[in-house]
Amino acid sequence: MFNTALTWNDLLFLAQGAGMTLMVTAVSVAAGTVLGIVFGLIRVQCGPYWSAPLTFALDVFRSVPLLIQLVLGNALQSIMKLGWPPFTTSCVVLSLYTAAYCTEIVRGGIGAVPPTTRRAARSLGMTWWQDMRYIVAPLATRVSLPSWIGLTLGVMKDSALVLWLGLIELLRASQILVTRLQEPLFILLICGAIYFIISFPIARLGGYLEKRWSPND
Amino acid sequence: MFNYTFHWNQALRSLPQMLDGALVTLQIAILSMAIGLAIAIALTLFRLSGNRILSGFATTWVEVARNTPALFQIYMAHFGLGNFGIHLSPYTALLVGIAFNNAGYLAENFRGALKAIPDTQTRAGRSLGMTSLQAFRWIIMPQMLRIAFLPATNQMVWAILMTSLGVTVGMNTDLAGVTQELNARSFRTFEFFALAAVIYYVIAKAVTLAARAFAWRMFRY
Repeated sequence: MFNTALTWNDLLFLAQGAGMTLMVTAVSVAAGTVLGIVFGLIRVQCGPYWSAPLTFALDVFRSVPLLIQLVLGNALQSIMKLGWPPFTTSCVVLSLYTAAYCTEIVRGGIGAVPPTTRRAARSLGMTWWQDMRYIVAPLATRVSLPSWIGLTLGVMKDSALVLWLGLIELLRASQILVTRLQEPLFILLICGAIYFIISFPIARLGGYLEKRWSPND
Repeated sequence: MFNYTFHWNQALRSLPQMLDGALVTLQIAILSMAIGLAIAIALTLFRLSGNRILSGFATTWVEVARNTPALFQIYMAHFGLGNFGIHLSPYTALLVGIAFNNAGYLAENFRGALKAIPDTQTRAGRSLGMTSLQAFRWIIMPQMLRIAFLPATNQMVWAILMTSLGVTVGMNTDLAGVTQELNARSFRTFEFFALAAVIYYVIAKAVTLAARAFAWRMFRY
């Protein structure tokens, strides 16, 4: 049934593409999470009124298609003569995109810590930083880890869009093979299977944690 | 730093064209949402049916839709189906891809909503003499749709944002496609895409607000 012209070298090419996908994801999620925690703290500390500009800016990242953001980011870096390679541009845009979502998660996590618990910590003489470090951080992590895993997976899937900037990640690699071998279905199925294999176990882990750690049971 | 002259006038002159594109974007989003909703309800029924094959089919659909990129699903509709001799236009491929994606996510939303509805309600409906389909249609589904309405709104915004992916399969009538065409003609990338971003933002916000107003009228929350 299968007379495919696909060789081991082509599979290696796909694997390299998958590696690029994972790399972009890892960098963007790491940077985005750090930014998200900072922005989330700012939003919680400054209150809705003072953090309104930040809220608006982050909302833009969530209401404009990622593809447009990538094109804009790329155009902006060439206007500013930064000379970034596509990899850097993609990572910067994806990081900001991740940060926008991560801020919401962090905010939700901190909001889920009962104020009474925090007040108790402060009455014991803990400083703001100690309260954050020893009381809020552990409790908030528990609440927000499942959605953070979901966000990571979302970014992994959305990172497919960086192909528009010419970065050869998994989907672009399979598109190149399709163009050469003219076997779209077979190659795309392999590509989809790779995405699925990366994504599905982590999604299941997230679902498990959500069930295991949900505060109501 | 900016050794570059912005030509906003050129972009603003093409605004009518881009707004026409925005209409197509909205049209695809609404159509894909309607199709996705219908399929999602069918998938939910399949999952409830207890039939191994049907629920297996539904689970596969949901997991594939949720664990592969939307762009991959659109590629599959555009390039992959060609293997079976089905050649879809970019418009149809985009619609099929997004509807597939929507159906998967909505079905998962419905599953969450169903958990919130006590089993006893189905049983009460059945003991009143309803068939299981009737009980689902008249008792479970209205509540399910009400609970799943806000997540579905998010999905609608997602659908609007996803339509921009059509440009990668050669779509040139929706907002992203029109913008790309204009960009290819003028090389004013930043101006045109910034304008497109503003339009997308306005559409997304308008849909969110409209949905909230609708939910307020319908369900009072």
